[in-house]
Amino acid sequence: MKKVKLTMGVLALSLLTLTACNDSKNENREKDHSEKDHDHSDGHHHEHGEKMSMNMEGNGNADAIVSDYLNLKNALVKDDNSTAKEIGGKLFKSLSNLDASNYSEAQKAELKDIIVDASEHAEHISENPLKHQREHFDILSKDVIDMIAITGTDKKLYQDFCPMYNDNKGAQWLSASEEIKNPYYGSKMAKCGKIQKEIN
Amino acid sequence: MVVKWQNVAKFKKRLTKMKRLKIILLILVVAFVGIQFIPTNFNQSNRVPETDFVTVNNPPKNIKNTLQNSCYDCHSNNTNYPWYNKIQPVAWFLEDHIKEGKSELNFNNWTTYSSRRKNSKLRSIISQVEDDEMPLSSYTFVHTEAKFSKSEKKEFITYMEKLKSNL
Repeated sequence: MKKVKLTMGVLALSLLTLTACNDSKNENREKDHSEKDHDHSDGHHHEHGEKMSMNMEGNGNADAIVSDYLNLKNALVKDDNSTAKEIGGKLFKSLSNLDASNYSEAQKAELKDIIVDASEHAEHISENPLKHQREHFDILSKDVIDMIAITGTDKKLYQDFCPMYNDNKGAQWLSASEEIKNPYYGSKMAKCGKIQKEIN
Repeated sequence: MVVKWQNVAKFKKRLTKMKRLKIILLILVVAFVGIQFIPTNFNQSNRVPETDFVTVNNPPKNIKNTLQNSCYDCHSNNTNYPWYNKIQPVAWFLEDHIKEGKSELNFNNWTTYSSRRKNSKLRSIISQVEDDEMPLSSYTFVHTEAKFSKSEKKEFITYMEKLKSNL
């Protein structure tokens, strides 16, 4: 018995040293490992100057995105982490359903950038605590605002601004109601912010 | 007589227990040795692509070192593996971590991100470093040199902020 215990101990100890020993910088890495990981598409950057000329049947499912976004905002206003997670997942799906085929090439490119970025934020929102959700919501808001500038929306919206969030750098959000309900501070500072702009 | 019999039974019991432990131990050792032969994909490349963050932005030397020492192991195509990280199951655990780290942010692919995405990435870099969420504590526990000193952290964040505002 004792022997077994001893061997166990030795084994555990050696495992520990294997993982924990701090042997910093080491040998040169082997050659000829190549990666084809890199890409050719360069960062697109252009103003969405072209005004929205699209208004046929719907706006390529942008309204579904806006409505998920607004639900997400409401969850954050209520400090409701789990609902926000759930809606983050929903929003991720709605984003992938955006149909950009009716837009100009420049708008398509811009929309693609927006969707890629926003999807990442939605994904993070679906799996993180409130503080992180709000950080991502901040950038997501910018994405959704820029998206609406291209796609338009059937809803009447208010673009609000909270000057305190993010170390007083400020942050925007969209709301369907005139009353200020801050998604960045929730119950802590529900009334912080002002209306910047009305959409529709 | 009765007492003696009990002793024998006890001894037998002990013996089987010991045997069982020995077998378990043997299996463990065999498994440990065995898994060493299963190939792992190591994250290694000796080519730095022209889309790389450092190549493109050419940051000051301090920042470059910080990136190399604290970030690039999990956020680039090349990890500097200490020998003990090539042992299983440690290597598997790391493989997953690195895969996740790279999908979140790969400094080697910096210019493939749109400006919008660069802005998002920088924002996350800044806030995660500021809140000591990055580099991961499980990483700095082993790589003590990867831990940001106070001044390193400040310098790093200032640099990233500047880059972000110049996007």
